[in-house]
Amino acid sequence: MPANNLLTMQNISKTFPGVVALDSVDFDLKRSEIHVLLGENGAGKSTLIKILSGAYPKDKGEIFINEKKVEVDNPKKAVELGISVIYQEFTLNPFVSVAENIFLGREPTSLLGMINWKKVFNDAAKILERVGIRLDPRAPVRSLGVAQRQIVEIAKALSLDATILILDEPTAVLPRSETEKLFSILHALKKEGIGIIYISHRLEEIKMIGDRATVLRDGKKIGTVRVNVVETDTIVQMMVGRKLHYESIPKREFGSDALRVEGLTRKGTFEDISFHVRKGEILCFTGLVGAGRSEVAKAIFGAGRPDKGKIFLFGREIMIKSPADAVSLGIGYLSENRQDEGLVLKMSMQSNISLSALGKVAAGIIISEKKERQEAARFRDELNIHTPSLNQLVKFLSGGNQQKVLIAKWLLTEAKVLIFDEPTRGIDVGTKEEIHQIISGLAQRGVAIIVISSELPEVLKIADRIIIMRAGKIAAEIGHKEANQEKIMQFAVRGKSTQ
Amino acid sequence: MIRKILEKFSLYLALGGVIAAFSVASPYFLTSSNAMNIGTQSAIISIVAVGQTFVILTAGIDLSVGSVVAASSILLGLLLANGSPIGIGLLAALAMGAGLGLGNGAAVGAGRLPPFIVTLGTMSAARGLALAMNGGRPVSGAYFPERFPELVTSRIGGVPVLIFYAVVVYLVAYFVLTKWKFGRYVYALGGNREAARLSGIRTMRCEILVYTIGGFLAGLAGFLLTARLNYATPIAGTFYELDSIAATVIGGTSLSGGEGSIIGTAVGALLLGVLRNGLTLLNVNPYYQQIIIGLVIVLAVFVDKLKVRVS
Repeated sequence: MPANNLLTMQNISKTFPGVVALDSVDFDLKRSEIHVLLGENGAGKSTLIKILSGAYPKDKGEIFINEKKVEVDNPKKAVELGISVIYQEFTLNPFVSVAENIFLGREPTSLLGMINWKKVFNDAAKILERVGIRLDPRAPVRSLGVAQRQIVEIAKALSLDATILILDEPTAVLPRSETEKLFSILHALKKEGIGIIYISHRLEEIKMIGDRATVLRDGKKIGTVRVNVVETDTIVQMMVGRKLHYESIPKREFGSDALRVEGLTRKGTFEDISFHVRKGEILCFTGLVGAGRSEVAKAIFGAGRPDKGKIFLFGREIMIKSPADAVSLGIGYLSENRQDEGLVLKMSMQSNISLSALGKVAAGIIISEKKERQEAARFRDELNIHTPSLNQLVKFLSGGNQQKVLIAKWLLTEAKVLIFDEPTRGIDVGTKEEIHQIISGLAQRGVAIIVISSELPEVLKIADRIIIMRAGKIAAEIGHKEANQEKIMQFAVRGKSTQ
Repeated sequence: MIRKILEKFSLYLALGGVIAAFSVASPYFLTSSNAMNIGTQSAIISIVAVGQTFVILTAGIDLSVGSVVAASSILLGLLLANGSPIGIGLLAALAMGAGLGLGNGAAVGAGRLPPFIVTLGTMSAARGLALAMNGGRPVSGAYFPERFPELVTSRIGGVPVLIFYAVVVYLVAYFVLTKWKFGRYVYALGGNREAARLSGIRTMRCEILVYTIGGFLAGLAGFLLTARLNYATPIAGTFYELDSIAATVIGGTSLSGGEGSIIGTAVGALLLGVLRNGLTLLNVNPYYQQIIIGLVIVLAVFVDKLKVRVS
């Protein structure tokens, strides 16, 4: 074991029913290091982190902290050992103050067991200062934005004397400007001697933030590389196990208008939204998080009532009162939040795929098990969904495979208009490429497609036309040819272009 | 592997274990006549438990079923005592049950009120209705049609017909939950309501229907109970809500919805029936029986939690 490691994990193995999640994986972390953990969905990153944070027991292997062997039996033990995880879903109570959240359950008390509020707020202020952020410790967490909440989570970890900080895709929910702020905080913590394990799918970030990177694939460690000497392409190749072939999106002929929206408005959320999308066309909605893009999509899909506006499908005005109406008219919506709004995690992959189109696998009211299996198997093969069986519960599938199940579900409906809301958020590069090809294939078959995405490289790659939303309004509409990142950002942030 | 089998069949093993224990402890337990007894005693409550299972699968709960049984029973009794034919009585009992269930469903599904509160209200209101309809008095079976009790007490091939009724209800429910589109919607609704809605499932309609089924089956139970006792009483069905919830939960259906099976409920109801019967044969004081059954319910949920933790 190399000396002076803050953390060493040796020979870690973990098996779940039907899957080897980790196969003799080694991992180490030095003081003052940011070590990036990479891998496609299902590669074993989350399992490794869960073992380190005491959420899962390991089957085999040893963990050393400061060269002392430790057993991380439970999450509490992990905290005692100085290990803190910042998950994508925050664990803060929105209704109490920043300081109370930081010291929740560990409030300094006076002699009589009364909480020493002065000390709570002072200590919180000190920690917030340490991470270099100006934030009122008395502010309720619900008044904070996503980026600030994340920083409060980090402050909480520091107050627990964390020496090993694990961040699980911290930038997935952050706008670009906030990402830089987060990075400067991480650099400052690194200088203090804290070791950081950083999980991300955004390859461009690795060079900005990481010292070393370890790549996992199919539960095995592929290698550890020094970030400043390795090419991004090499990392990608390590992740996907082959040279990734980026296919371009072929040009298509567009048909007549499939969906046309006129003056769609919901007070306080979005205003006067008018656009159209043609058969075979990919229309991208972009803009900052919170610009009202998802709300517009949901209003079209019948999941939220607009105050006014008209919607036309193939030239005919339609009234959609519920998602069920939209589905029967041939409109599909893939939520950005696949676990809460897309899939029934407790149900099998097969049942999830058929859920929106049971009519296609049923005779009258009775489901044909045989037809249902056939369709599920067809999509498993077409979309390359990795699963031990069609009966596998969706909650046991990796994020990328879950997203493919969600796509399969809507493909089975044979919808004519499909709205993809952040279809590749939190998805690894290999699967991302596959999803882009699926979307392109659908467009080629004449499906009208709307993609909502905050990732500009994705937008620039797949869009035929781009609509930029800002503060609930359409700021601009630009064609594929005129678009570039700077132009889009200017519209998204300022509402106009200076070019 | 063995552990997996043990886990999967723990409920059946528990039932088998209890049966084996009682068989050893009492010479009267393992006889065909006693088996018929258990079947007859469990049949009515197990029919109520079917409706409860539908409701709990959607992550709801129906506390009103016991009172609905009573309201249906009194309405039926009054009709029969006043010379109505049995067929009309049956329809009225079913309509009473389904109507009260529909009320629950409308409040929960369309009104988005919490099922616990809605059905708690109906529990009180339906019991009040049962009491008010005949001034709090039972309706004697003296003026009921003579062949009315035979609908329940007669036997086919030595087996009480009441058991067949329960079996038919279970078969239909099994078919609906596993083969019908509606059954799939019930599981989806309980598993993830928002995802179900955004999948294009008419969740409100589905939820209203589920509570209506619960009420309908309680109405049927009211009819069968009245025939079995040959009188109608406003205090009928007391604690049926608890027994039906217990059978469902012991049967492995998750109170958070989306997981469970109708076969589990059948076994859960049988387990409760076997316990009551066996403890009575062993002359265990009925007060203590209640304590033991209460513990069994908690134990069943505990074992279920352990299983989840292990997997």
